[in-house]
Amino acid sequence: MSEQTTSGTQRITLGKAINLGLRRAMERDPKVLLMGEDIGPLGGVFRVTDGLQKDFGSDRVVDTPLAESGIVGTAIGLALAGYRPVCEIQFDGFIFPAYDQITTQLAKMHYRSRGKAQVPVVIRVPYGGGIGAVEHHSESPEALFAHTAGLRVITPATPADAFTMIQQAIASPDPVLFFEPKARYWDKADVDVTAADQVLDTPGDVRAVVARAGTDVTVAAYGPSVTTALRAATAAESEGTSIEVIDLRSISPIDIPAVAESVRKTGRLVVVHEAPTFLGAGAEIAARISEECFYHLEAPVLRVGGFHTPYPVSKLEEEYLPNLDRVLHAVDSVLQH
Amino acid sequence: MFTPGADGVNAPVGETDDDLIQLLTPDGERVHHQSYSPRVDHLDRVALEGLYRDMVLVRRFDTEATSLQRHGELGLWPPSLGQEAAQIGSGRAMAPRDYAFPSYRELGVVWTRGVDLRSTLHLFRGEDHGGWDPNEHNCHLYTLVIGSHALHATGYAMGVQRDGDVGTGDPGRDRAVVAYFGDGATAQGDVSEALTFASVNDAPVVFFCQNNHWAISEPTQRQSRVPLYHRGRGFGVPSVRVDGNDVLASYAVTAEALERARSGGGPTFIEAVTYRMGAHTTSDDPTRYRTRADEEVWRRRDPIDRMRILLEREGTPSEFFTGLENEAEQFGAEIRDYCHAIPSPPVERIFEDVYATEQAQISSDRAWLTDYLAGFEEAAS
Ligand SMILES: Cc1ncc(C[n+]2csc(CCOP(=O)(O)OP(=O)(O)O)c2C)c(N)n1
Repeated sequence: MSEQTTSGTQRITLGKAINLGLRRAMERDPKVLLMGEDIGPLGGVFRVTDGLQKDFGSDRVVDTPLAESGIVGTAIGLALAGYRPVCEIQFDGFIFPAYDQITTQLAKMHYRSRGKAQVPVVIRVPYGGGIGAVEHHSESPEALFAHTAGLRVITPATPADAFTMIQQAIASPDPVLFFEPKARYWDKADVDVTAADQVLDTPGDVRAVVARAGTDVTVAAYGPSVTTALRAATAAESEGTSIEVIDLRSISPIDIPAVAESVRKTGRLVVVHEAPTFLGAGAEIAARISEECFYHLEAPVLRVGGFHTPYPVSKLEEEYLPNLDRVLHAVDSVLQH
Repeated sequence: MFTPGADGVNAPVGETDDDLIQLLTPDGERVHHQSYSPRVDHLDRVALEGLYRDMVLVRRFDTEATSLQRHGELGLWPPSLGQEAAQIGSGRAMAPRDYAFPSYRELGVVWTRGVDLRSTLHLFRGEDHGGWDPNEHNCHLYTLVIGSHALHATGYAMGVQRDGDVGTGDPGRDRAVVAYFGDGATAQGDVSEALTFASVNDAPVVFFCQNNHWAISEPTQRQSRVPLYHRGRGFGVPSVRVDGNDVLASYAVTAEALERARSGGGPTFIEAVTYRMGAHTTSDDPTRYRTRADEEVWRRRDPIDRMRILLEREGTPSEFFTGLENEAEQFGAEIRDYCHAIPSPPVERIFEDVYATEQAQISSDRAWLTDYLAGFEEAAS
């Protein structure tokens, strides 16, 4: 059924890595089921669920009606009945019809039942810009969900993380918003598709990692911006600046200790994300690091991110997105202090 | 009339042909219908030629836009190929004071509202989020979030009602609203809520659902176990099912529904049975979910072909058709030139119109970007 998952390391795209991770989770646990629009014969508009309905059947890979509130609301019920639903929301901008179910119900079920009701629902959301899409197809709404207690919000930046983190999300006893950096779906890297089971011992524990070590400036990023930060680090190196890149991987909770540890070493912090900086994840990190690392900081924490505007038309997204130059600009600014 | 495909994929569950309103068969034969035929009796040959011209030019635009996308001039395009009759028929039934709320495939409707079709390119070129002034044409912008605008249309209709522009008997005053959406959209909560609001308020709104058989890859049966027009009935909204590839029938049922709405009789739900001949959008691959044979069945029900047979039968001279072909070719060339010439917007556009009044947050973001970009210019000079 799944010869792809039986052997060693493969060079695959981030999208394929999620596909293999889903496949693995479904093989392991018959209670895992996928639900979403166009995820069956079409394999999803990004083909992330390609081939899964063929192998697992239409009871476990369900093409739902076109109704996001319905998808999440019924997933909550399925979870209460002992299933582990993994919902696909087709694009970031279409999660809002389900926003009510996610924030008023999914997030609070465990709390108000005093732990008696568990809702291990995963909601997969392709997010972020840079693919030249029309309105509602390039948004970064992660802060809205991170601001809601009871939800976990995680996002992989590499194919290897995509493969393990989707499995961790599914194994998590808590609801997880799994944001997939859609501009990186086609990025390829080596993934060990056989050796990742130990991560399931700590499914609720997705920590930040040092994606690249450095000594002069810390750049903390997540999802699509990690690649940008790594490119900035490579570019800066040729100018003699050593950037340490932290891939946060989880936005709620945020692994502040990991960022603090790096900042104690470098004394400088730039946070990068595509979402508007105003009340975004970077604002939280800047505040916490100012509190915890005040005497280590050589410069104010800077944020590089979206403006306080709706996501612009695609002809202007290059100017809107935190690109390599803007990250380097911020790095230069914190170094000038 | 509408026989399901061998695999049954074409047939919404519970479908019976008996309820389908049709005034023109795929063979171009007129069909008499006691209540609906009188609604098109006043259309003389010139008027029929006008409807035909509408469909031909809209199709020409659509094929041109599809090819512009293939050449990288547009980021995306949702083809309306095959749905011209539903759109032109319903759109031409509207009066100038009526108001349309389209979703994103309503090229024909937008045309009937007098919007320069070329404005639809801006959204899909990634250059604008809209493209025209909705108030100038009584035609709202495209809505991309499925089903949202069914509520907007209903609310607009409730406004019309409060303004007293319903049931006065004065054709210069009474108005109605039409909400356009697809078969998939009927599964959205917003559409159900719109039907509820319209029904309990007797709002002057017509819900025009184009059942083109697919919501991207999902057949209508994945959205509903009853024929879609029964949806309306469940909410207490009178509902009809019409052959959406028949421009005359589409015109007639919409005209009737608009008349009811304008006169204070409340909402109507129309299911126009049609077929999306092209891909969902240019990003889609329909070979993954439907067969050529299925498409072929529907090609034989083409809305433009059947109208042409009727016109030829009623004596339209061949010069009309060759003249129109030339006009369409010319139109195609204009569309290409126009599209190529659309300039990229200035970067300040990012910050324009976020709020109606200037806000500090926006001003400071704009100032930051302006300074930042100026830094590059300084470095270059
Ligand atoms: C709320 C929402 N969910 C998902 C989508 C993605 N999407 C765009 S079009 C579409 C299918 C729509 O089908 P239908 O309503 O039948 O209209 P059609 O495209 O066939 O005209 C989907 C799922 C969306 N635009 N909005």
